[in-house]
Amino acid sequence: MTATTLYGLCAAALVGLGLYGLICHPGALRKILAFNLLGGGVFLLFGVIAQRGGGALTAAGLGADSDPVPQALVITGLVVAFAATAIAVGLLRRLAEASRQTTLYQAPPEQKS
Amino acid sequence: MSLALAADVVLALLILGLAIWTIAASETYGAVVGFVAYGLLVALVWVRLGSVDVAMTEAALGSGLTGLLLLGAAAHLAPLEAAEGRGRPGPGLRLLVGALCVAVTAGLAAVVLSLPEPAPTLAPAVAEHLATLGVKNPVTGVLLGYRAVDTLLETVVLVPALVAVWALATDPAWGGRPASPGPKVPGSALTLLAQTLPPFGILVGIHLLWIGADAPGGKFQGAVVLAAMWVLVLMAGLRRPPALAGRPLRWLIVLGALVFIAIGLSGVWLAGAFLAYPEGLAKPLILAIEIVLTPSLAVILGLLLLGPPVADRGPGA
Repeated sequence: MTATTLYGLCAAALVGLGLYGLICHPGALRKILAFNLLGGGVFLLFGVIAQRGGGALTAAGLGADSDPVPQALVITGLVVAFAATAIAVGLLRRLAEASRQTTLYQAPPEQKS
Repeated sequence: MSLALAADVVLALLILGLAIWTIAASETYGAVVGFVAYGLLVALVWVRLGSVDVAMTEAALGSGLTGLLLLGAAAHLAPLEAAEGRGRPGPGLRLLVGALCVAVTAGLAAVVLSLPEPAPTLAPAVAEHLATLGVKNPVTGVLLGYRAVDTLLETVVLVPALVAVWALATDPAWGGRPASPGPKVPGSALTLLAQTLPPFGILVGIHLLWIGADAPGGKFQGAVVLAAMWVLVLMAGLRRPPALAGRPLRWLIVLGALVFIAIGLSGVWLAGAFLAYPEGLAKPLILAIEIVLTPSLAVILGLLLLGPPVADRGPGA
């Protein structure tokens, strides 16, 4: 197994872990964290694909050992992911301020018998 | 197994361990600390994958600024955390979700293991025309040459993102200052750091911007370093966050996107397509965009981190 495949499998595991945390954690901040893990896994998959397609640039003497198109997409993605996280954290802090809770959980209405 | 591969295995296992910790830790603050460490290790993976540009962005933005944002929120929300247990799904449902997530991972792993040989790549196409752009860093070439429209959209989308964060302010606080990101403790080590580090940090940021044309680096990496220096000064309490109603500040925020759009539109007349660069002017125009975008990006990233304005209750409120 090559290092690139190894990191590909690592990225796949990160996506699964992040997805689990996103669904199962009740706390919104934990969901945001898990979402960032999930995103990190997706970006790493891009990196693996970029690395596999890199040879031509090394041959042309351009130094970079990796396909620059996915790299550029990931850099763009990282910046947008930060902006999205900032909005999510802002919403959460406002929610905590307004309702004193950090989850979207609502107590089920009392059953009348 | 070669030594390099052994190091890769250790790195991958550490990352997975930290990711599991981030999901499983009982306290959010500890989970965020795990996430920051995870981000720094992921930056190492990017170096191993030959993407130094991405490694720098991940370390500075994905781990650094995101970590700072989440640490602040975790510390702020810690008193409310105890009540979170109510919404937790039952063990049966968790098992089902776990099984489905394992299925997603297995599917992705199968894709990784069956990627086509030889790998499809756009690298030769990028390398072929890079000389006409006048830049030597292929990633910069893609960001501002071939796929400049993506970069433009991203720069533009940061502005509404900032507006969305500001919109969370209460009515009386609108246009005021964001809360100071740290408690003011005069004479602490943080003060010393905030007094000595920024000159070097600003130099590093400008250096990253300048070498971005030929070596790993560029406007995003430079802007993140500049934003970090600004936030450091604010955290130490040496300056107050700016009032968000200020005209110069708002112009600075939109300036990068406006110049980018203007250069893009001028391409319609001068070179026949939106964002096309006239023959021989590609390098100067790319440099102009990068130099104007950097301060805009730095200010936007810093303000996103600071959050919405709060009613002005004095320093540290």
